[in-house]
Amino acid sequence: MSLVELTATEMLAGLEAGQFTSVELTQACLAQIQQHDGRIGAFLKVLGDAALERAAEIDARRRRGGPVGRLGGVPVAVKDLLCTRGVTTTCASRMLEGFVPPYNATVIDRLHAADAVIVGKTNLDEFAMGGSTENSAFQKTRNPWDVERTPGGSSGGAAACVAASMAPLSIGTDTGGSIRQPAGLCGVTGLKPTYGRVSRFGLVAFASSLDQIGPLAHTAEDAALLLEVIAGHDPLDSTSVDRPVPAYSQTVRQPLAGLRVGLVREHFAAGLDADVERAVRDAVRVYESLGAKVHEVSLPHSKYCVATYYIIAPCEASSNLARYDGVHYGYRTATDVTAEATDDEGALVAMYRRSRAEALGPEVKRRIMLGTYALSAGYYDAYYLKALKVRRLIRQDFDRAFEQVDLIAGPVTTSCAFKIGEKVDDPLAMYLVDLYTVSANLAGIGGLALPCGYNAQGLPIGLQLQAPPFEEERLLRAAHMFQQATDWHRRRPAL
Amino acid sequence: MSDAPYDIIIGLEVHVQLQTQSKLFCGCSTKFAAPPNTQTCPICIGMPGTLPVMNHRAFQLALRAAVALNCEIAPFTKWDRKNYYYPDLPKGYQISQYDLPFSQHGWLEIYDPKGKVEHKRVGITRAHLEEDAGKSMHDEHAGKADSKIDLNRAGTPLVEIVSEPDMRSPAEAKAYLTELKLLLTYLGVSDCNMQEGSLRVDANINLHVHTPAGKVPTPIVEVKNVNSFRAVERAMAYEAQRQYDAWQETGKRLGDVPKTTRGWDDVNNVTYEQRHKEESSDYRYFPDPDLVPVRVSEAEVEHVRASLGELPSQLRERLEREQGITTYDADVLVNQGRELVDYYLALATACGDGKQASNWMQQDVLRTLNETSRTIGQFNLTPATLADLLRRVSAGEVATSRARDVFARMVERSESAAEAMQALGIERIDESELVAMCRELLAANPKIVADLKEGKQQAAGALVGQAKKRNPNVNPGRVRELCLELAAEF
Ligand SMILES: [Zn+2]
Repeated sequence: MSLVELTATEMLAGLEAGQFTSVELTQACLAQIQQHDGRIGAFLKVLGDAALERAAEIDARRRRGGPVGRLGGVPVAVKDLLCTRGVTTTCASRMLEGFVPPYNATVIDRLHAADAVIVGKTNLDEFAMGGSTENSAFQKTRNPWDVERTPGGSSGGAAACVAASMAPLSIGTDTGGSIRQPAGLCGVTGLKPTYGRVSRFGLVAFASSLDQIGPLAHTAEDAALLLEVIAGHDPLDSTSVDRPVPAYSQTVRQPLAGLRVGLVREHFAAGLDADVERAVRDAVRVYESLGAKVHEVSLPHSKYCVATYYIIAPCEASSNLARYDGVHYGYRTATDVTAEATDDEGALVAMYRRSRAEALGPEVKRRIMLGTYALSAGYYDAYYLKALKVRRLIRQDFDRAFEQVDLIAGPVTTSCAFKIGEKVDDPLAMYLVDLYTVSANLAGIGGLALPCGYNAQGLPIGLQLQAPPFEEERLLRAAHMFQQATDWHRRRPAL
Repeated sequence: MSDAPYDIIIGLEVHVQLQTQSKLFCGCSTKFAAPPNTQTCPICIGMPGTLPVMNHRAFQLALRAAVALNCEIAPFTKWDRKNYYYPDLPKGYQISQYDLPFSQHGWLEIYDPKGKVEHKRVGITRAHLEEDAGKSMHDEHAGKADSKIDLNRAGTPLVEIVSEPDMRSPAEAKAYLTELKLLLTYLGVSDCNMQEGSLRVDANINLHVHTPAGKVPTPIVEVKNVNSFRAVERAMAYEAQRQYDAWQETGKRLGDVPKTTRGWDDVNNVTYEQRHKEESSDYRYFPDPDLVPVRVSEAEVEHVRASLGELPSQLRERLEREQGITTYDADVLVNQGRELVDYYLALATACGDGKQASNWMQQDVLRTLNETSRTIGQFNLTPATLADLLRRVSAGEVATSRARDVFARMVERSESAAEAMQALGIERIDESELVAMCRELLAANPKIVADLKEGKQQAAGALVGQAKKRNPNVNPGRVRELCLELAAEF
């Protein structure tokens, strides 16, 4: 097995044992990127020199016997939606092309403090809006298992770079499934933590009440390690919750006894691909073989999840993205707008309009329009307020289900990775890729995706586990149990 | 009240800048007049990924104001986004409070000792917290419109205090603002400096015109950014007349046209129509998902209430009651601020005469402070030092007219009363000496003695003048008394 295919845990062991250095690891990852990313397109920016410098510094410290952080020398890739001081943060949008924040996201600071080596910024759907990473203003990311297919989205780059062994760990963000769906489609393990578990400071907001940062990795063990590093209260984010961070990387290895696994009646309805259903049911049987009891539960409001999500997320997005107006930073039109400014609006409004028209992509515009409409006077009660009420019902569904079971298991997506271009002209079809994942964001609970099989074409199939709020330990331990009993997570695509 | 053919209905919206060190949602300084954009950070300029975190000090100050305004405090309050585009609004929305303000349903008593305005309660509809926007500066010389933006003010904490339309005259509007400003200053909530924009006023006004068919309301006009109390009074007076003229001309009543916005031209003393574009704004308010709601316990409100201290209205009453001064005098003192009142109270206690202390404060001390542009905190005489002079005046050691010279010297050289009196050659004249001097004067002026015996008491004035000439330290009142008394001996 080549160096790059190791898990982060294996890399750390090798570094500790002196089998290789962080510089060697980093070089290997950079070489992998160099060799394959031309086809995959996972990275928007590779930070080769900075990463090697950092790796050398950590190696030197380790040699001296100095203190080394939890990720001491392990390469990590970061979705380009997180602000990095002195490094362009584009959100895959023309609007922020060339935007260099003077501050780090809290998660970036925590990665630095843990001595991670940040190798690059990964591609995404523009401002994280999309399910296929085809909405990036700069490039499409391809699925390492089949380059004709999408890696999912919006954290498509973050999932693809792990699947393609370009980095053992990556940071994604999940607003409606943006970590779990691409993790499922790329055959890696991805976790959306409970809302408030990880600080959002420095994460460029898409929908503030739904966004959450989380880890992508080959294994639950690695995801546990990365979550342990990035989780915890942050005084810069008042929505980040002040409660202790469990030692996920330690507890992940403890199996769960007497586990009650829930299967959601509504998950196995029409539209679910037969291969996916079979793989998920097989995965549940693995749990049964490990002593778990399976119960059927119901989430009666799940049929409203996608509709609710596509009200709330665009409403928040329409407001969050208002700051990109061409005035303070980011893109401003080069066109002289005086000719097109009407008397009514003046040149200022014409400048806003042109700047936004030129720099934002169609999906972003679509959602801004949806949100603006839904929040406007006369529609607020019918859409936004109604959606908030349904959101509460969805949360109650979960509360009730979790009275009966410890975990909910189900599919991540209805089918395996779809072809590039297959859904781009059909926004509604694209929105349905979030069918099984959005509910966790609406309810604010944690969800984890892990590989549980492959279809006839060799495409990964994902299993989703969901747990009550702040039960990330339970998710990670359950995922690790499964990965101890199976080896789907060990497969790597032939590049 | 008046015999105008209409009633004036006025409601005020007052934006008050809270006296915090830092902004509402970040740590930037709120100091006035710093060079443009030097008091900004990624948070208050709305850079991508940044998040607001509430300044608890600002909330505490706002709570103080609301409790003092007799408002009900909401146990749970959230933040809303008010979405609109403007270059000085960095995020494209302002963080404010919409349907659940932290306080509402209060009142403020308006006060006017001169009796021009009736003593009454003006209702407070609501008081809510919000962040300020930045400032656009337009430079249109050389034919090219060039705008610059200063975001130093962006994110500064404001309390918006909205009154009920309870005021019935421009004078009442002014009295309301005066009392509000005094209250907020006493509370330490705001410095209420209008020149620096710490207190900004928008006024809503309309008329109820008396007609044979009853009272007819005219359309409501909001007069924006009237930035002095005098301007509020004049703008309201102008606007009332203008609305009456417009009503006579057009007959348009409330509901016929939407609420309009007018500006105030302080130079020409007129209100003028502003562009309509802001009227139809749809702010698309919704709860800000970046901020957690604030919970306020009953105990916390009680704690704030207990820490308010004496409010101006209570202080006026106490001065009247304890110091025996008039309502008018108490008002003058209280309006000067808590620090001056404290000085006054120390002086009154030390000299034992509240009335005398009040006179000296209002005449001599205030005049001196004004002339030398000092605050009471910068005044060089302690209450004890000044009280010593006042006691000597009461004891007849120095005549009031001479006491002014003593006071001037004390202020000028930071001397004690005794030092100043000695330097001015003021000594107490022994009573027997004074009696002898009066006898001599009477003996030398038989005509005056005769007048006095006839009951022409004013004739004693000439003797007082002569006595002062002989010795400037004589107490003129005592000389007069003695002369009247001793005239009988001749
Ligand atoms: Zn700031």
